[in-house]
Amino acid sequence: MIDLGDLGLDEGAHLLIKRALARDGRATVSGTSPSLAIDVPAWCRARGHAIEAVSGGFAITAGPDRWRGAERAGGDVPVADPPPRWGLAARGALVEIGAPELDLPLAIWADEAARLYSQAAAAQWDPATAIPWDAPIDHPDEVEDAVVQVMTYLIENETAALLVPVRFLGRLHPHFREVMQLLAIQAADEARHIEVFTRRARLRRRELGLSTASGQASLATLFDEPDFAIASFLLAVLGEGSFLALLWFLRDHGPDACTREVARLAAQDDARHVAFGLAHLAHQLAREPALRDRLVAAIERRHAALAHTAGLNEEVFDALVLLAAGGWEPAALRRGHAAVIALVREMDDGRRLRLGRLGFVRDDAARLSALHTRNFM
Amino acid sequence: MSELVLGAVAYDAKVVTIWEGFKAYFNAHGLAFDFVLYSNYERQVAAHLRGDIDVAWNSPLAWVDTRRAAPDRAKAIAMRDTDRDLTSVVLVRADGAAASAGRIETVADLRRVAVGALDSPQATLIPLLALAEAGVGRGVEAVCHDVLVGKHGDHIGGERDAVKALLAGTVDAACVIDGNRLAFAREGLFAPGQLRVLLQTGPYDHCNFTVLAETPATDVLRELLLAMSYDDPAVRPLLDMEGLTRWLPGRTSGYALLERAVGETEPGRGVPAPFTRAR
Repeated sequence: MIDLGDLGLDEGAHLLIKRALARDGRATVSGTSPSLAIDVPAWCRARGHAIEAVSGGFAITAGPDRWRGAERAGGDVPVADPPPRWGLAARGALVEIGAPELDLPLAIWADEAARLYSQAAAAQWDPATAIPWDAPIDHPDEVEDAVVQVMTYLIENETAALLVPVRFLGRLHPHFREVMQLLAIQAADEARHIEVFTRRARLRRRELGLSTASGQASLATLFDEPDFAIASFLLAVLGEGSFLALLWFLRDHGPDACTREVARLAAQDDARHVAFGLAHLAHQLAREPALRDRLVAAIERRHAALAHTAGLNEEVFDALVLLAAGGWEPAALRRGHAAVIALVREMDDGRRLRLGRLGFVRDDAARLSALHTRNFM
Repeated sequence: MSELVLGAVAYDAKVVTIWEGFKAYFNAHGLAFDFVLYSNYERQVAAHLRGDIDVAWNSPLAWVDTRRAAPDRAKAIAMRDTDRDLTSVVLVRADGAAASAGRIETVADLRRVAVGALDSPQATLIPLLALAEAGVGRGVEAVCHDVLVGKHGDHIGGERDAVKALLAGTVDAACVIDGNRLAFAREGLFAPGQLRVLLQTGPYDHCNFTVLAETPATDVLRELLLAMSYDDPAVRPLLDMEGLTRWLPGRTSGYALLERAVGETEPGRGVPAPFTRAR
């Protein structure tokens, strides 16, 4: 016998009844709430519980158990192929049968995702305070124009780096919670990069620089990839990998403290994006060796698609030279030019290194790196 | 066996989802089934009597109308477990406050009573009968809250508005289904202890599947309904939407109160004596 005292079903008494029914499948209930004799039958009727008036109260027998047939949505570690019926349930939750099936078919995983997400969460920086926006800008006007051109190019590329993974994020099965979180925080990283590059470009100029057809053509091919592994390979491993070298270049050669700092902070974030791309591909290649051939085919396909374009636009190349030179003196230009040539080599070295880490032998890595878009991303 | 056509009233947009779901279920279980939606029960009853539909998912008042029109043929073949033994309650403010002068202690103190839609068995017809039989005074005003008239109070909005009127102090009492009192409390519409139950009606039954002729197809429909299990993942969402955990055979013993409430008058056309309808 459960004595509800004067607690009414309109103020929480049903919890005591539910608890008893869950434990024993039946309960005898009594109480002094004025509406108890109205509320208990009404409450039971709505839930399919059988009820009978007995001396001093009601005898209740539990109706259908809503949790019969419920299914645990995996555990600590994700399963390879979570069913659509788990829907939005938290991994490890007990899922009632009959929930709607969501069309979230993508299974994306890397064991490093949780660690990278924690790092990313801890490394978020505030554009308002992290960048020395008031640092002096005393380089020549045309060097400032070069900075604006490079920033314009960076914004365009970071926009692709935001939108391409997000398209997959929207179709990712939420069972892969850590990957979902990581892709979300990567998108936030890119949003911040777009903000600081835009703000840096407009510190001294009202208008942004040039956007070329070939640059956009290169980025557009990233949107054609329906397979996350391949998109991630092209964007994160090869593209953002190359971009890391570019951001380090700007960190080292930027003509003002603000440019150097936005590049340094963006590189810090992009390094995590590259690390996730590598980790995911390593995970995927271990399970699906044939993926390697598809990755090769994807680089070759993209190269063929872009063969007719100019690659890196001359405006960006020249802007990088002038930016690194810091002025028009021939000796400075020679230095700047040499630095950009070294940058291109460094990008190639980085790509070959990362391809090697994915198990490509040296000659293949060199050949594939050479096929990467001349637009860097 | 020809296609079985069911009529139902579209009291809410979810009705389409409900019957599309049942249609798919019945079709998958070998019953050729389709449905027609009506905007009010009067039109559905007329269509049923004309033979346009084979079975009607009827409100209690629509059942009474059908039974009166075809007393020898109307049969209730199935109903929800939640259609049996409902009661309605007349709520007043626990502090005894009346809309005008005085205090509300007993039924005799009532002057203005908020009810649901004029044609709602549960929130108007049956509670007004109970009040009349409990000795309510002559000329007491019934204040209707006509959300979707023609739908026989299927929509809960009329009852909610009646309770709001009580809380606002414009009426002395409000009539709702017993379970809706709990539902409104859970919504936070009123605080525990703010309202008390002045009167509870006797038990009555609610909807049923009505047929005018039992056929092999209506037999199959009843068998399929009774076999639906809450444990079946394909079925549970349908049962949840329609508000039941299992289908039961139809019974007609639970409509006596409503038959009395409707009396000999044409159903749903006015409030019963001794009430007057507030304008």
